[in-house]
Amino acid sequence: MGKEIISGGEALMRSLIKEGVDTVFGYPGGSIMPVFDAMYDHRKDFRQVLVRHEQGAVHAAQGYARSSGRVGVSIVTSGPGATNTLTGISDAMLDSTPVVVIAGQVGCAVLGTDAFQEIDFVGITQPITKWSYQIRRPEDVAWAVARAFYIASTGRPGPVVLDFTKNAQTAMTEYEDVFVDSVRSYVPYPTPDAMAIEEAAKLINKSERPFVLVGQGVELGEAHEELKVFIEKADIPAARTLLGLSALPTEHPLCVGMLGMHGNYGPNHNTNECDLLIAVGMRFSDRVTGNVATYAKQAKIIHIDIDHAEINKNVTVDVPIVGDCKEVLPLLTELVERGNHKEWIDSFAKYNAIEDEKVTKKALNPDCGPLLMGEVARKVSEATGNRAILVTDVGQNQLMSSRYFKYSEPHSILTSGGLGTMGYGLPAAIGAKIAMPQRTVCLFTGDGGFQMNIQELGTIMEQGVGVKMILLNNNYLGNVRQWQELFFDHRYSWTPMLNPDYAMIAQGYGIPSRLVIEREELDAAITEMLATDGPYLLHVAVKEEDNVMPMTPPGATVSEMIFE
Amino acid sequence: MEKKLYTIIVYTENIAGMLNQVTAEFTRRMMNIDTITASSSSIEGVHRYTISLWGEEDSIQKVTKRIEKKVDVLKADYYLDNEIFFQEVALYKLSTPRIMENNQISRIIRHTEARIIEVNANYTVVEKTGATDTIVELYNEFVAQQCMLQFVKSGRVAVPRHSHENLSELLFDKDCKRKSVK
Repeated sequence: MGKEIISGGEALMRSLIKEGVDTVFGYPGGSIMPVFDAMYDHRKDFRQVLVRHEQGAVHAAQGYARSSGRVGVSIVTSGPGATNTLTGISDAMLDSTPVVVIAGQVGCAVLGTDAFQEIDFVGITQPITKWSYQIRRPEDVAWAVARAFYIASTGRPGPVVLDFTKNAQTAMTEYEDVFVDSVRSYVPYPTPDAMAIEEAAKLINKSERPFVLVGQGVELGEAHEELKVFIEKADIPAARTLLGLSALPTEHPLCVGMLGMHGNYGPNHNTNECDLLIAVGMRFSDRVTGNVATYAKQAKIIHIDIDHAEINKNVTVDVPIVGDCKEVLPLLTELVERGNHKEWIDSFAKYNAIEDEKVTKKALNPDCGPLLMGEVARKVSEATGNRAILVTDVGQNQLMSSRYFKYSEPHSILTSGGLGTMGYGLPAAIGAKIAMPQRTVCLFTGDGGFQMNIQELGTIMEQGVGVKMILLNNNYLGNVRQWQELFFDHRYSWTPMLNPDYAMIAQGYGIPSRLVIEREELDAAITEMLATDGPYLLHVAVKEEDNVMPMTPPGATVSEMIFE
Repeated sequence: MEKKLYTIIVYTENIAGMLNQVTAEFTRRMMNIDTITASSSSIEGVHRYTISLWGEEDSIQKVTKRIEKKVDVLKADYYLDNEIFFQEVALYKLSTPRIMENNQISRIIRHTEARIIEVNANYTVVEKTGATDTIVELYNEFVAQQCMLQFVKSGRVAVPRHSHENLSELLFDKDCKRKSVK
């Protein structure tokens, strides 16, 4: 039997189906019409989600990818369709999210002529992708898609762009499935150095105050179990970064909290007390380290990361181990002795108790005054049995909800960490719910970020996506206002915000909603939200001028947190 | 940290847009490339870039790692001048009438082991291969003799002082690993 002759657009369909794609987030337009025409014949083969703005398409693909571990896919048109994806692509690059963005492009014959909706998409996206490639002939489609999925999903994951010229979409080609399982210039899973692992084990075995930093690499590498076995055998306390919060359950006895600017006092304080730091799949972001000049100077540092370029990038380390943490951790576990660091582990509780007294108790149990973000987050978390996926936007809503949520399952926090993209939350929550329909997906957003991609309520309406949206409304761009209060002498420049009637907006999209102002109503409203089948908007009027605390001020030493 | 002149040698797949990917890593740090030479390498389908620039070792090391991390980059390493052999090529277009009336100029050409590659009534083209300082020295001498019409100099090409072609070993290693995986 000869090979089948099909169009480039149809070849894309076959290639996506071969990769196991079950959902595409997209938006049509001139230069991608042959692809959307081909999709018409595949309505039963995968879910086709029309977003309301291309930025939403990529964030939804990110939410899909981060909640499920599978590659998220967006298809958009050339020119403005393509440029609207740039924020999402950058976000995926910084947060190592596997997405494939396929954009239309003008025909090869007019490339470089400033044709209608032509932009140099490969040129623009090269610095913000793992790989960006222009498909100019239909016979390259199968190979390019296979390579795109391979690169996006392997090693340190990331975004890949395919710039699909219109002539390549319409021209005919012989089609045959292509499988890519290696690229000669690309080493996704470096072999960890046995000597380095031995050296690391020696350091661990003689350490009196070892401390493990857990990053998103553990989630991406699906090394949750390996991590637990390692820290339990060596009896080492562990703290998570914002993106790694669900890599280790909140209630695990060795879990001592969250790192970072708005993390917990215990782990931040003890970063500068430990004698050994063991960083697993994290990149020493400035939000975690504070002032690097005073960061853990007393400690030896072991850094386990799959990306060679992360070693010694922000913090100079003593023992680098370049490799997949799922492979490295068991090798290390084998060599470490059974540890006992009870006194050291207990010391975290001492500092966390200070935070409890000064911050947490007040945040969770206020007896009077307006509702606070923290109590809302904790109540929602508990109402879901701490089993929901938390999706956040960016700002105070993000810092408060991630602080006060509890995590018991992997892949339970989706938040824009590296890029800090306002507007990420709503579309990411849509993607997460579509990928993981059996899980409860709770979006925490603010009045600022919600309005940055509010048009995606249309996607929720059309697709019937059961996202539980918790809008923490303080009538301010709260995080910027907090910085203005603390570091700009209370000068609230451009941060107070007049809000629309969100009940009417929700009603316009046919989404049930409820406004909560009084504390007594909160529990009932949360119950109603979770009992409602389908989407729900819980609009909570929270204290207007409230601050996320504790905080390591910008440029300060990690251990020097302020509490008010 | 002290700024030194570094040479970064990069091997990439020979594909469109590769140079842009490599130079973008310098752009985002506003690191100014001094010279860049790109051409095919001894391995078919593999391009070799020789990039020279001033910088501190820490930032040179980071940028080199980021370049090597690119999917279609095979290898990137950085060197100081004492770790490599390197050469540049310069062409000097001189006024033939000035050379005719001033025999000092021909003496300079012979003395510096430069090569004459074209002579006509109007101009003479002289070629010189060497290190940057000898090329610039010769330029200054021609300027002093008031015979200089045009001058152009290439970026450097360089080979490390260690004797093996490490890329072919690397490719061979990867090939073996791939086979053992399958």
